[in-house]
Amino acid sequence: MPTQRHWREIPQRYRLEGNFCPDCNRYFLPPRLVCPGCGRKELTPKKLSRKGKIVTFTVIRVPPKTQELKTPYPVAIVETEEGARLTCQVCDCEPSELRIGQEVEIVFREVMREGKTGVIMYGYKARPV
Amino acid sequence: MVGIVGYGAYLPRFRIKVEEIANQWGNDPEVVKRGLRLKEKTVPAPDEDTITISTEAARYALLRAGIDPEKIGALYIGSESHPYAVKPSGTVVAEALGITPDVHIADFEFACKAGTEAMWVAHNAVKAGEVEYAIGIGADTSQGAPGDPLEYAASAGGSAFIFGRNKIVAEVLHTASFTTDTADFWRREGAFYPRHGGRFTGEMAYFRHITEAGKMLLEKAGMRPEDITYVIFHMPNGRFPLQVGRMLGFKKEQIEPGWIVPEMGNTYSGSSPTGLVATFDIGKPGDIIMLVSFGSGAGSDGFIFRLTDRIDEVRDLAPKVKEMLDRKRYVNYATYAKIREKIILNE
Ligand SMILES: [Zn+2]
Repeated sequence: MPTQRHWREIPQRYRLEGNFCPDCNRYFLPPRLVCPGCGRKELTPKKLSRKGKIVTFTVIRVPPKTQELKTPYPVAIVETEEGARLTCQVCDCEPSELRIGQEVEIVFREVMREGKTGVIMYGYKARPV
Repeated sequence: MVGIVGYGAYLPRFRIKVEEIANQWGNDPEVVKRGLRLKEKTVPAPDEDTITISTEAARYALLRAGIDPEKIGALYIGSESHPYAVKPSGTVVAEALGITPDVHIADFEFACKAGTEAMWVAHNAVKAGEVEYAIGIGADTSQGAPGDPLEYAASAGGSAFIFGRNKIVAEVLHTASFTTDTADFWRREGAFYPRHGGRFTGEMAYFRHITEAGKMLLEKAGMRPEDITYVIFHMPNGRFPLQVGRMLGFKKEQIEPGWIVPEMGNTYSGSSPTGLVATFDIGKPGDIIMLVSFGSGAGSDGFIFRLTDRIDEVRDLAPKVKEMLDRKRYVNYATYAKIREKIILNE
């Protein structure tokens, strides 16, 4: 993940700033340029809630180099209270304990490090409440 | 009057027991537990650091304060484990809280006293009328060298305090600092683990600075120990805060609500601040609460607070320290060594 792209995405990664289509009543994170439902281009910025539940998940056992301290770790699709669906790691849990429908909170965590001397990138993860 | 308008603590969920560390190094667990009066300590997850802990603690403080984050004009973080040697922790936290760019930011360092330093400066920025609200945070993910007695205590966690003039939860009545040049504990640039001066760390450092700052503070306030409802001291282990409390004339019941070190360990810059949050969690309106930190190098900051009626309204708006201490998952020494990066991996 290049540092510059990460920097541009700070509002969504740090503060869950997504957007919303008033015609379809749908929420998006990451924010969308065009509503996939109706094609509307003027979407309303919207900060999402930090509460949600797990829609589905998988367990990563062969990780990229930057994630090897966490292996095995779950990656889930989480639906926020508003109905936005986002993809993120689930932290502070054993993969065997996770269940579909489980309530989670969105927390602020380190998501990646550029080796021992590079930039540390932060963002959101889910953890069981 | 200036005071704390919102406060929050954050503790990681992982723990390691004293037995687990003692057995690893061939020490008698019962002797260590009795000697240090510790049971277990918090361990940060591999993706937690001073920045993430500060952010979560500050979010809880915002929940209790109920203010618009954009009104916060200053943010200060004290830590001895800032993730970068050069690049502030505060900028990430401020961005995560949504209080940039109209905000003054600084990272502080002063061993275990850096948290109360951040609180002291935040308090004075509001008092000077420069900003409407200021936030002071103490957080750490500290490491003791493997096999060093420090390893039994060095843990992770932190607390955040928002200072302001309206909707005060705890008024700041008095402050005092006592500081000298004393090399009791240090880490040179580039060294991974800190070193300490053995027995020198007790009498001339911890006990001297806390008793002197405590006496200055009580004298300034015109109070005696019996006028204070609860008191919190820096907690490098379980024994020292009880001992220094006795030296100043406090009873164990006054110390106990903030004496969370047996289950939390020493969260360094987050130690006495988190003891303060634990005390706010059980305090009643009108209670007088005294805090004296200690940082090697060496110095102590002291505060005397008075809780207002608002404490009962805000207490349940965010998790309490006891709840976070009770929510835990134990790790063994091998897992601990891996997630604390005590094992050398290939790049
Ligand atoms: Zn639409």
